[in-house]
Amino acid sequence: MADHAPAHPSSPFMAALRNAFITALIALGLAAPMMGLVTVQGPNGLRLEPHWERVAIAVGLVFLGRLALNLTIWRPDAGRTRTQIPPRVEATLARLGRWFAPVAVALAVALPFLPGVERYTVDLAILVLTYVMLGWGLNIVVGLAGLLDLGYVAFYAVGAYSYALLAQHFGLSFWVCLPLAGILAAFWGVLLGFPVLRLRGDYLAIVTLAFGEIIRIVLLNWYWFTGGPNGIGGIPRPSFFGLDFTPGPDGFAATFGLKFSPLHRIIFLYYLILALALITNFVTIRLRRLPIGRAWEALREDEIACRSLGVNTVNTKLTAFALGAMFAGFAGSFFATRQGFISPESFVFMESAMILAIVVLGGMGSQIGVAIAAVAMIGGFELFREFKDYRMIVFGAVMVGIMVWRPRGLVSSRTPSVFLKEKKAIAGSLVQEGHG
Amino acid sequence: MEYFAQQLINGVTLGSIYGLIAIGYTMVYGIVGMINFAHGDIFMVGAFLALIVYLALAALGVAFAPLALLIVLVVAMALTALYGWTVERIAYRPLRGSFRLAPLISAIGMAIFLQNYVQVAQGARVKPLPPVVRGYFWQSEGGGGFVVNISNVQVIIVLTTIVSMIAFWLIVTRTSFGRAQRACEQDSKMAALLGVDVDRTISLTFVMGAALASVAGLMYLLYYGVADFYIGFVAGIKAFTAAVLGGIGSLPGAMLGGLLIGLIETLWSAYFSVEYKDVAAFSILVIVLIFLPSGLLGRPEVEKV
Amino acid sequence: MTVRPLDAPELPPEVLLRVEHLTMRFGGLVAVDDVSFDVRRDEITALIGPNGAGKTTVFNCITGFYKPTVGRLTLRRAEDESWLLERLRDHEISRAAGVARTFQNIRLFGGMTLLENLLVAQHGPLMRASGFTLLGVLGFASYGRAERAAIDKATAWLERIGLIDRADDAAADLPYGDQRRLEIARAMCTDPVLLCLDEPAAGLNPRESAELNTLLRSIRNEGVAVLLIEHDMSVVMEISDHVVVLDYGKKISDGSPAAVREDPKVIAAYLGVEDEEVAKVEQEIERIAEESGA
Repeated sequence: MADHAPAHPSSPFMAALRNAFITALIALGLAAPMMGLVTVQGPNGLRLEPHWERVAIAVGLVFLGRLALNLTIWRPDAGRTRTQIPPRVEATLARLGRWFAPVAVALAVALPFLPGVERYTVDLAILVLTYVMLGWGLNIVVGLAGLLDLGYVAFYAVGAYSYALLAQHFGLSFWVCLPLAGILAAFWGVLLGFPVLRLRGDYLAIVTLAFGEIIRIVLLNWYWFTGGPNGIGGIPRPSFFGLDFTPGPDGFAATFGLKFSPLHRIIFLYYLILALALITNFVTIRLRRLPIGRAWEALREDEIACRSLGVNTVNTKLTAFALGAMFAGFAGSFFATRQGFISPESFVFMESAMILAIVVLGGMGSQIGVAIAAVAMIGGFELFREFKDYRMIVFGAVMVGIMVWRPRGLVSSRTPSVFLKEKKAIAGSLVQEGHG
Repeated sequence: MEYFAQQLINGVTLGSIYGLIAIGYTMVYGIVGMINFAHGDIFMVGAFLALIVYLALAALGVAFAPLALLIVLVVAMALTALYGWTVERIAYRPLRGSFRLAPLISAIGMAIFLQNYVQVAQGARVKPLPPVVRGYFWQSEGGGGFVVNISNVQVIIVLTTIVSMIAFWLIVTRTSFGRAQRACEQDSKMAALLGVDVDRTISLTFVMGAALASVAGLMYLLYYGVADFYIGFVAGIKAFTAAVLGGIGSLPGAMLGGLLIGLIETLWSAYFSVEYKDVAAFSILVIVLIFLPSGLLGRPEVEKV
Repeated sequence: MTVRPLDAPELPPEVLLRVEHLTMRFGGLVAVDDVSFDVRRDEITALIGPNGAGKTTVFNCITGFYKPTVGRLTLRRAEDESWLLERLRDHEISRAAGVARTFQNIRLFGGMTLLENLLVAQHGPLMRASGFTLLGVLGFASYGRAERAAIDKATAWLERIGLIDRADDAAADLPYGDQRRLEIARAMCTDPVLLCLDEPAAGLNPRESAELNTLLRSIRNEGVAVLLIEHDMSVVMEISDHVVVLDYGKKISDGSPAAVREDPKVIAAYLGVEDEEVAKVEQEIERIAEESGA
């Protein structure tokens, strides 16, 4: 559209106007029936209620937006260059990035004690960190090993239900259940991964999606075991190494001579998830520098070459899958203990999509990028809570927009795992996205 | 036996709807190699547009059902096609030739957008539509006390599917668009060098996929009598399963896969449990992919070294 | 999962790999039809033939990417260690039997640095040194030593192929000729006894081609047998010690470069003479030979 110059060249402004007009016409075609005629339940069944004002607003916005874009970024003489961060700026950002991570960690550690931080903020930070951890876990599978997993939330669910059920039936404490949940999730990762990991990319994606749905449906219908749609309630809260966060004399506050405050538990949960997330990050960074991590990345680059070099691709993929699942399992049991209640509703496909979006938007393989994306998406999403349904529309549109703007995510360059003389970032355009 | 026959009929009806949606997946996958995740929601949009057009016609006093349905079909197809075109133009075309995961994420974003757009525009309530087509085409007097019914709606659904399939098949095999499309499927760079307008061909592919999805949307509406903004997700996944089962990239495969998924789902619900019908469909998908990765009618892929 | 050498038939000491009755069918198409030949230690063996002769298929069978329909591939790695390659899985062929390969369309890990490429090639030993990752995560010193040794080996190879200055650049950033050399170095980092090269000289300029010849000779002189597919006859004639010629999936000639060059079947195959005419050409050549001899 923008690239089809009119047959008779007129002034650029007229061309832009014309183009915006055509766009507005298309918007009219889209919006008129869907937004203009609202189906409402009347006494005699459904009837239509006209709402043309909404159509007018939508079409007007599209017209003005397109016109503004045509006259600024999409000017014909501006060329059709895609907005990219210039390499120089990116290099500066990378230099800043070296400081960014320590500063971010320091900020995260200090957060609960910063002035003006209330319970809501800490709660939100816990939520964000849960997604940071999930993003980092999935980053091993998608970002490093290049295996497209659309059912990651299944392992999150396995972790959550493992803790809930073990605690409920055997009275095991959170600290015993946490490793068990991770191991169980990893076990499921291997079990599900083994038959399907030889499938190529998109098939793997859809099979993992199917697995995710299967697990959710089973959780939903296996009443006597999982409680079905009612879920499991009364999941024990974690204790501070045996000290409960209760007002009683044996509670955490009394033992340490503090005044009881319900905030203690929240802050404890915050540090718990912060520690879990940092462990995930630490292990991932460590693994990247080990042969297994390099084999993952090599697998993402070229599976056939890997095989010719004696890399056992099945085992390599399985370890990535299992490790990713394990971290999801940890995060899941944290989720269960934090909420005190879980139901299959928390483990829908949207969650998998959200985690995958965090990984891709952040820049596959980049730990910092994933963290930023998680903060921006989950944090931003929560900030606009009062806008309800509109925020989901914006959320979807932003996902599309960021992909169009930066298809490789925010941090697209890759840091080598080892270097001889000088560590140079590798441009994202050279890095492969994985084959399967 | 009668019970089984009835389930078979229901399964074929449901399968026709899945098949129509599956074609959209398989065509797009064939030509641009991406899972158009938003396609299920295009189907949902199609169902809503059909509902709106039908109600508009009712308000205008078009009472003759066959005429009304025909108009609904045509108008809904055109409007949904516009949605399909726009989605491609906004969310996928700028990403063509880019990093493989980007269009998939973009598609997921588009799916979220469409779902919530419809929810905001039309409300979150389930929209019930009183039966438009009533009556039975054929009823058996079964000896076992069980009556086999073929309702008129079922006949309309299956016939419409067959007609759309034939029309579609003719377009793909007999027109220059079809030839261009197959050329792009083989090698879009070469096709472009030979003067095929690749952008236009891909756009048309999305347009046709969306049009067929809107047919499916109308059929869904007639069959179930309800629509809500969430129907796209599950139907979309099932249809994608159907496309993979039939062999992705293969048009007859998509239809066959749709029928099989419809049958499996119906028979499973009838004989085992309704709750686990989706598990049955997805398990079949997993099993097929493990043992027959190119699907039933797909071309096997030889690994190029 | 340990793979043990199988009881394979004894090969003569000079033979490294014996290919016997190798046949590969794809559906109805017979890509390779009953091909047998030997690859001897300390030799560069060239596998040549017109396009579509089945050379790459033979390669893919030897390196485990295809399972042959019929045939036996015996590799004698050491005096008491023989392997039947057709029974090994693809990654075991490199690790256990010591067969390394390159690809016709270069397959480097483009987004990884040269150094990383060469480290991935040493995956097996490094994995063992890292205690299958467990010890490595905990930061055991033994892994550090192994990694340093691996980096040293990689450095040595980078120096040898003249790319040491680019060790920290992405492999995809290299010019074509350098990528070819890097791929050979990467294959060599797996410590193979047999190096299989799929058209190593394709796309190289004369200077690069000469460098390649030197490199391959030095590899052979270090005791690694080389098996290569090549189109460039000048390369083949110059460096190979032994030539095997395929045409339409069948072996039509086998011998020294000089002998193969004179072989009328080879000439006919390369000139594109029809099958029936080969016999005629042969007779013709024989007649001329007799006449000139007489």
